[in-house]
This record gives sequence, structure tokens and C-alpha cells, in this order.
Amino acid sequence: MPRVSKHNGWFAAIWFLLPCLTGLILFNLIPVAGAFTLSFTDWDGLKPIAPKDGVPAFVGLDNYASILGGDEFWRVLRNTAVYIVLYIPLILIASIAAAMLLHRPYRGVSVYRVLFYIPVLTSWVAGALIFKSILSPEYGGVNDLLNQFGIKGPGWLYDPNWAMPGIVLASIWKDMGFFALIFLGGLQGIDSSYYEAAKIDGAGPWRRFRHVTLPLLSPITFFVTVICLIFSFQLFPQVMIMTDGGPHGATQVMVERIYRYAFSYFKMGYASAFSFILFAIIFLFTWLQLKLQKKWVHYDA
Amino acid sequence: MLRRYAGPFFFYVMATAIAVIVLIPFFWMISTSLKSKGALTAVPIEWIPEEISFEGYRKVFDVFPFARTILNSAFVAGLTTVVRLAAAAMAAYAFAKMRFRGRDILFAAVLATMMIPQQVTFIPLFLVMKELQLINTFTGLIAPSIFNAFAIFMMRQHMRTVNDAYLDAAVMDGATHRTIFVRLMLPLSAPILATLAVIAFMDAWNDYLWPLVMLSDPNKMTLPLALSKLSGQYATDYNTLMAGSLISIVPIVAVYLAAQKHFKAGLQVGGVKG
Repeated sequence: MPRVSKHNGWFAAIWFLLPCLTGLILFNLIPVAGAFTLSFTDWDGLKPIAPKDGVPAFVGLDNYASILGGDEFWRVLRNTAVYIVLYIPLILIASIAAAMLLHRPYRGVSVYRVLFYIPVLTSWVAGALIFKSILSPEYGGVNDLLNQFGIKGPGWLYDPNWAMPGIVLASIWKDMGFFALIFLGGLQGIDSSYYEAAKIDGAGPWRRFRHVTLPLLSPITFFVTVICLIFSFQLFPQVMIMTDGGPHGATQVMVERIYRYAFSYFKMGYASAFSFILFAIIFLFTWLQLKLQKKWVHYDA
Repeated sequence: MLRRYAGPFFFYVMATAIAVIVLIPFFWMISTSLKSKGALTAVPIEWIPEEISFEGYRKVFDVFPFARTILNSAFVAGLTTVVRLAAAAMAAYAFAKMRFRGRDILFAAVLATMMIPQQVTFIPLFLVMKELQLINTFTGLIAPSIFNAFAIFMMRQHMRTVNDAYLDAAVMDGATHRTIFVRLMLPLSAPILATLAVIAFMDAWNDYLWPLVMLSDPNKMTLPLALSKLSGQYATDYNTLMAGSLISIVPIVAVYLAAQKHFKAGLQVGGVKG
């Protein structure tokens, strides 16, 4: 520590911390505490809050009980599960493959890196609109391309069974470049002597990938999987723009429900309870994965 | 001889294949934006419009204050970037180079907020803004960016690597914390500031949930929100929607490409310094 720090303490630090602390308290701590309190009430967001007159009314765990006891929550959870089961394997394969290519030392590789990254720069609203258009069953490009191969394309966003796969398709397109760069960072961190050794032992490209690259990449793979899981529960713009939760609720997800209950049905208490269930799920996954991490991740010593 | 070319051949074929798949939706967007309304439902599909029409581009400015929207987005993204970086840099300096009671606990609390997703706090945050009468204002839209745990964390990690000998020398010369921060720490943090600036600008330019909650006045809307409103009203006018989407994508790609050069320069500076 420099000599300056001997004579400062809070008196000097507060000026530097003031903006950050204001934001922390006003836009983080108060909202979290507020949401937690609201989740035990029936507040509609319209009546002025007056605890003396019993507005909003305290309803205990009613909101939580009615969410967890109803069909809707479990349907939403199942929709999210469908998304996760399709999305995570596909995004891992796509982004690892892209990263392997971007790791090659050939001319023009930086051009590919930029090209793969353009969807990441695109806003989700624009990306979702593009996919809504290109996935149109009759006038969309995807089914037209499938037709060229003699495949009759599905109804995509209009078919309850195909709407979620359609959203997954858009998400893979949007996110591949982002995770590819993270994997690329991981690949660049692998010492080339491992590959030399494997080559001397006569390992071909596939065995080098399977027995050197994948194990040494596992911390990154693990990190990306956790991030993907957490992001999957926060699915929102693509659903709002592409399907609005339909058809027949097949793409309703948690954040979409929270937004609806709060700002279309004005059930602030109910929506807050919903958002805390979301928080609990995300927290649980983070914690669970951190526990499991030690078991199967291979760290380079 | 054949073996020598197998590697590059495989690389270019695969990389180009992925690039084509990634670019098809963008090609579709541009092509659709240049179709007349009638051509949108033509069968067989026109991948390249038989007749180029600017109907979509005209309409997006006619039915919506879209020029205004572009300016709003630039303003909001620019100001968000400045506010987020300024506040984060100041806090990071205190966490990295000052000593005060409870510093590490406070820093842990800052990091802990990263666990709380925006989706949990946006309802009460909206209510806070309502209390402050900031609904439908840019102030309310931008204010929360004064606290960004990720930016604080990244800046703090970087500032810790600055040698204390520099600071001691500055103190000998009678420098205050403010001088050290402005003259020494900020210039030394230029590479990380540039990286965080691009991230902040992109976040704000593309954000959807928070503007959706905060803004209902069309004259205040940012691009993603305006596009979503348009898609609600003109759900089948894909030429209009794609024209608007293209307009929203071009600036952010341009910013990214321009910033890329800075990233490289920044890395080199870091290398010399290290």
C-alpha cells in the first residue's frame, strides 16, 4: 500500500464511492428488499401504499402457494426445460467448433472472427424480428431452403411443438460468436507441448481433440454451461417478439410471465413472488454447479 | 503435397460454411427490406427482390418518429457509457488504492449483487423511479447504470496492477487523490476503459426490458423498443420491420469495428507496460 493510504480512510474514500454507493442502495438494495416485501402482499401497483389502511394487504405465503400450486408455473418450467435440453448441447457444439476454427493460424481468420460476432452485436429485438420473418412457414427462407432438399418444413412459430425449437435456432445464431470467443480464450491458454507429446505418441486429430483439448477445456466448458443455464431462465426478448408466449402457451417462460403479471394484469405482489422463485432457481443452479465443479472439471496443474 | 493443403482447405471450407449460415439471416433482412409489400408474399420466394423498392425505408420514418429514435439511442447509449464508466472508475480507485474500514466487506457486497438478475429487481426499480417521478424520462432510463458491479470489478482488478511506487512518487510531489486519479490512474486504465466502454455502449444500445418498462412516449423510445412497437402494429410489413432492424444494426457494428483497432493498440500498450 502506498503512503497516501495512511492518511485517508473513509473521509477521503467517500467522495470516490458516493456515486457507486448511491446506485447500490437506491437501485439494488432497496429494490430487492422492496420486491421481497411486495411478494407477501396483494398489491396491484395502482392503489397508493398505506399500511395503516391495510393497503396493500399482507397475504403471507399465498402468492408463493398459488404459483407453485397452479399448472402454469410447471408448464412454464417445462417450456424452459425444452429450451435448455435443445439449446445447451447445440450451443456447446457450435461454439467449440467455431472456436477450434478461429484458433487456426491461417490468413483471414480475423475476418471470420468478426463475421461470427456480428449476431452478438445485433439487438435481440432485431434478431428476433429477422427470425420471425425467415421462419415464416410459407414465405420464410428456412422452409424454402428445406424445400430445396425435399423436406417439408414445419409451421415453426405457429406450431406448439416447433415454436420453442424455432426460438432455440435464433438463440444459437445469436449466441454462438459470444461463447466461441470465450472458448477461443481457453484454447489459447492450452500449452502446445501437450499437443506435441500427443503427436509423438501417435494420436490423430480426433484423439488429440478428445484426450487433450476437451479435458483441458473443461473449466471453460463448465463455466459456459453454467452461464447458459442461468441465461436460459432469463429468456425474454426473443419470446416477446417472436411468439408472445404462444401458440397455446408453448413458449411462455418465467420473465415473460413476470412482465405480464406486473404490467398487463397489475398483480405486483404476485409478480414479485414469481421473480423471487426465479431468483431462487438461479441461485440453486449456481450453487449446485459450484459444488459439482470439483468432481469432474480437470484443471491444468 | 496433398497433405500440405489439406489443413488450410478444411479450414476455409468449414469457416466459410459457418460464416454463410451466420450471414443468411442478415442477407434475408437486407433482401426483405428492399421488397415492395406485394413481393413479401410472392411464391416462389424471391431471395433477391426482382424489383428494388424503398417502400419499407420510407414507411419506417413515416409511421414512427424513427429519426428521433436513432438520436435517442445514440444519446442514451453514449450517456450510459459515460455514467457507468465514471462511477465505476471512481469506486474502483477507492477499492484498489485507498484504505478504509470495511473496504473488503463492501467490495464483497458489490460483487454479490452480480448474483441478482435484472429480472428480479425491475418491478421494484420501476416503483422507485415512479416515486422519483422519473418514468418516461432519460434520467430514469440511465440512472441505474451508475452502479455496475462488473465494470467496478474489472477496473479494480486492473488498477491493483498499477505499481504503488507511481502513487508514492506523486504523493511526494504533493498530489491529492483527485490528481492521482485523474492524471495517473485514468490514463493508465485506458485499455480497460476502452473495452468496458464498448460493452457499456452495446448493452445500452441493445437493451430491451428496462426501456420497455420505463418508456411509453414514442418520442423518447430507443431503437429496440421502437422496433418492438412497430412489430406490434405492422406485424406483417416485414419490409418495414427489416428496414428498421438494418438501421439499428449498422451503427453498432460500425462502433465495434472502429473500436477493434483500439483493442489492439490497448493490448500493445499493456504489453510494453507489463
